[in-house]
Amino acid sequence: MHLLTAQKLAIFRGERLVLQGVSFELRPGGILLLRGANGAGKSSLLRALAGLTPLASGELFWDNLPALADREAHAQRIAWLGHQDAVKPVLTPAEQVPETALALVGLEKFANLPSRFLSAGQKRRLAIARVAAAQKPLWLLDEPTTGLDAASIQRFLELCAAQRQRGGMIIASTHTPIELPNTQVLAL
Amino acid sequence: MMGLIARELRLSIRHGAESMAALLFFIIAGTLFALGAGPDPAMLSRIAPSVVWVTALLAALLPLERLFGPDLEDGTLDLLLLSGWPAYAIAAAKTAVHWLTTGLPLLIAAAPLAVMLRLPGDRLPLLLLSLLPGTLIFSLLGTLAAALTAGARRGAMLMPLVTLPLMIPSLIFGTAAANSAHPAAFYMIFAMLLAALPLAPLGTGLALRAAAE
Repeated sequence: MHLLTAQKLAIFRGERLVLQGVSFELRPGGILLLRGANGAGKSSLLRALAGLTPLASGELFWDNLPALADREAHAQRIAWLGHQDAVKPVLTPAEQVPETALALVGLEKFANLPSRFLSAGQKRRLAIARVAAAQKPLWLLDEPTTGLDAASIQRFLELCAAQRQRGGMIIASTHTPIELPNTQVLAL
Repeated sequence: MMGLIARELRLSIRHGAESMAALLFFIIAGTLFALGAGPDPAMLSRIAPSVVWVTALLAALLPLERLFGPDLEDGTLDLLLLSGWPAYAIAAAKTAVHWLTTGLPLLIAAAPLAVMLRLPGDRLPLLLLSLLPGTLIFSLLGTLAAALTAGARRGAMLMPLVTLPLMIPSLIFGTAAANSAHPAAFYMIFAMLLAALPLAPLGTGLALRAAAE
């Protein structure tokens, strides 16, 4: 079981200071929702937590040790869902995600169809399946429900619940209300 | 690592038109040189190694813009950087795939092109032996330039400006090696390859991290 702690994080985007003094603690099974207007720095925070962009100041700890000292080791803890779906149109879903995970998001019947024929919502579901299949302790999700219909959002919430039940953690930015128990909210 | 190379190779094969375009450019440009230079076999034979080298260099540049651009746009670059592999390993995998899908076909096509340009048979091994490290250097430095210009505005225009100065030394020593059996030029081109093998992926990895920021 792990513990993620952020202490007084500050983040630059380009030459603009978008966030400062961000602190939180996330325990096993915890979920942290990032709220804020467009441009508030939700995506920047997620990218910094993943180690994709550097912190201007502050420290991120994993089990009370500096998390970003070894970015490759930190990456092993993370399942990432960014703004884009990272779906290659010339590859089939089965070539990008294990087939067992496709069933989790209802894409099994499209397993061998080139991904260019998938709708935007289906591509998002494929990206969510990739996160679920990774079996990492920390999910970092940037607007995960964008383009999803009500049934797909429900499936996504079930996957989140399963991740939390395993002791995994989730940090997600979202404008859609996510109805899960015991959510922490960080207003940016 | 092999999984990463296999995936990138599969993607490259599905986008086969790009590698095919480089190969076609190589053959067509070489053929046009032969037509433009006239029918004098002695002159054709004299310029053949240089023509093959220059056209191979230009052909190797063609697929570079697509090497990281789509990955940056569709979010795949983030996933690659979060795959747990060091950025230089990702760069090395991309370089290997560029060579396998562009450099190797150019190397294979260089033999019939050189024969068409009336290069004597006894000089053909020299040309191919110089092109082997040459195409590897094109892939190593080309991948570096592609990473440096990834996400840059007017990247397509920047690409040759960044790439060509990096490749000119290998072109000079490569054509010198192909034109004479003097070992010094061969030593130089292999020394360049030995230097580029560790340094280019390291630089490419740093450039990829910067592009993802």
